[in-house]
Amino acid sequence: MADELLIRTEELVKVFPMGRSEVRALNRVSLDFRAGEFAGLVGPSGSGKTTFLNVVGSLDAPTSGSAEVLGRRIEGLSHREAADLRNRSIGFIFQTFNLLPVYTAYENVEFPLLLLRVPAAQRRRMVMDALEWVGLADRSRSRPAQLSGGESQRVAIARAVVKRPPLLLADEPTANLDAENSHHILRTMAALNRELGTTFLFATHDEKVIAYLHRKITLVDGRVERDEPLTPAAGRETGP
Amino acid sequence: MIRFLCLGLWRDRSRSLFPLLTVVIGVMLTVVMFSWIKGFTENFLGTSARLGSGHVAVMSRAYAGERDQLPNDLALTGVQGLLERLHRDFPSFAWTPRIRFAGLLDVPDEKGETRAQGPVGGLAVDLFSPGSPEPAILDLEPTLVGGALPAGRGEVLLAHELASRLGLAPGASVTLIAGTMFGGMATANLTVAGTFRFGAPAMDRGMILMDVADARAVLDMDDAAGEIAGFFHSGFYDRRAAEAAAARFNARFASSQDPFAPRMDTLITLSGMGQFLGYMDTILGAIVAVFLATMFIVLWNTGLMGNIRRYGEIGVRLAMGETKGRVYRSLIGEAAIIGLAGSLIGTVLGLALAFYVQAHGLDFGNIMKNASLLMTTRFHTHVTAAAYVIGFIPGLAATVLGAATAGRAIYKRQTSRLLKELEA
Repeated sequence: MADELLIRTEELVKVFPMGRSEVRALNRVSLDFRAGEFAGLVGPSGSGKTTFLNVVGSLDAPTSGSAEVLGRRIEGLSHREAADLRNRSIGFIFQTFNLLPVYTAYENVEFPLLLLRVPAAQRRRMVMDALEWVGLADRSRSRPAQLSGGESQRVAIARAVVKRPPLLLADEPTANLDAENSHHILRTMAALNRELGTTFLFATHDEKVIAYLHRKITLVDGRVERDEPLTPAAGRETGP
Repeated sequence: MIRFLCLGLWRDRSRSLFPLLTVVIGVMLTVVMFSWIKGFTENFLGTSARLGSGHVAVMSRAYAGERDQLPNDLALTGVQGLLERLHRDFPSFAWTPRIRFAGLLDVPDEKGETRAQGPVGGLAVDLFSPGSPEPAILDLEPTLVGGALPAGRGEVLLAHELASRLGLAPGASVTLIAGTMFGGMATANLTVAGTFRFGAPAMDRGMILMDVADARAVLDMDDAAGEIAGFFHSGFYDRRAAEAAAARFNARFASSQDPFAPRMDTLITLSGMGQFLGYMDTILGAIVAVFLATMFIVLWNTGLMGNIRRYGEIGVRLAMGETKGRVYRSLIGEAAIIGLAGSLIGTVLGLALAFYVQAHGLDFGNIMKNASLLMTTRFHTHVTAAAYVIGFIPGLAATVLGAATAGRAIYKRQTSRLLKELEA
């Protein structure tokens, strides 16, 4: 499992039309990610980090080149197949949490399992497990408005991991959090990576996130400028 | 998933309350308006039948041709035999002879000289024969303003306004001056037993009501009647059954050239209300269509606003792997839940209001004082079986159509922009 190839991009190009000209957001990006990685794409704004997450998250198709995620060629997927891939195999964590405001923490975490039609008893066990992983089992009845920013992001992490996806994509997950909460949720994600084997792929320019990474890929103008292994500086062994 | 949708609707009142209120109000108004127009039509038909010529009427062809002139010289003869045949061949009707006439009412003073005089329209009905349906049809007791119902020969009822105008009180003597069936002059001294008010201005201004035997004696109409009125035992006019009965009856005399041969006409034909009823049906259709269109537009806009407000929620659901079709269907599912609940509540409230007005009515007497229509001034709704569903289908359809139209925007969402949008 640990060495299993999860993502492979080859000569990945993504071009966005911009009036009469065009912007090359990704320029011949070739990267491999193996199961269990805790890796991050770093770089300035406009370097192509989010575009890369979009493509491997099956939210967008490449202009040319190829992207294979969990054995599926992204460029050949229909809307329904792409949705199915996201539904079953990919979790997302957003900068602004994006919890459904009228539902409790429990119900927010439960939602992906409803989409997968998981039976009720199993669903309840999985939701409570996920909330326990992020340390919020006692807040399961709270609504997003009753949670702090850090707690909201931990619920968002629980929602992303509850279906045990092999791949979790996080776009600037700490951008709206203070330092203490950032470290808390990063420790949570590191623990999930370690204990569940979930592969994490971040898009970030936050030094606090970079401090937890095992691998850092630096993008500049849509190209891979550097791809380097890291020794995590932060407490990776510290659980949430 | 349905539980999930219901929870969302229950907790997010801005998602459910306004659309629900729109549907409730729209459906309630549809049910009440529908029942009101049905009641209005029923009032018109019922009053015309009760105080006019029944649900169907048999008269001579010649009489029918000049019916507005009250041509008693063309009246039916051999009525008793015809009545027996009608009872036998058309048992779903109650048959009764009626005579209409016009005349002059003279009020003498103590010396027998004319003190007051006025024109009257007369209606003679069978008040005293055993088994006569007229007392039940006319239901005179509640219409009495003063005095009592006629108890014997020579006693009549007068419209209260006419009696007041002529200075008459119950017990007074009057002289009726009219024309006989054969063109002679007829006079009869009568006693005013009581005064009535039907609540139909056309009848209450100048009408005299008397027993048909008295009218026959005065007008020299032995075994004759202007019309034989037929009333459905149910009390309600059944257009199809009435037309079928008329067609069956008239077929028997189709080959006859006799101008005095009997013919049967329906209430709609006699009152010229066919066009009126068609117009009412069109109005009913238009009311339902207007409410449907209004609700659709309001709910469409509500759906659009809801989609804008829930832009982030829909985005994150798409990002999590819910297909656009499934999100779209869930919005329609929410709309169906609101539509069902709103239509149910609106129908219950509308029916409650309609039943109340059906029982108590609304009095428009003050604004109908001079009306010449043969209808009562107290209007009632009439709750029919259709009222139970008339608002339900438009309420549900408008909600679902509104959500379906507004929800099409989901298909324009580009998943490639979701991450950017969700960061905003």
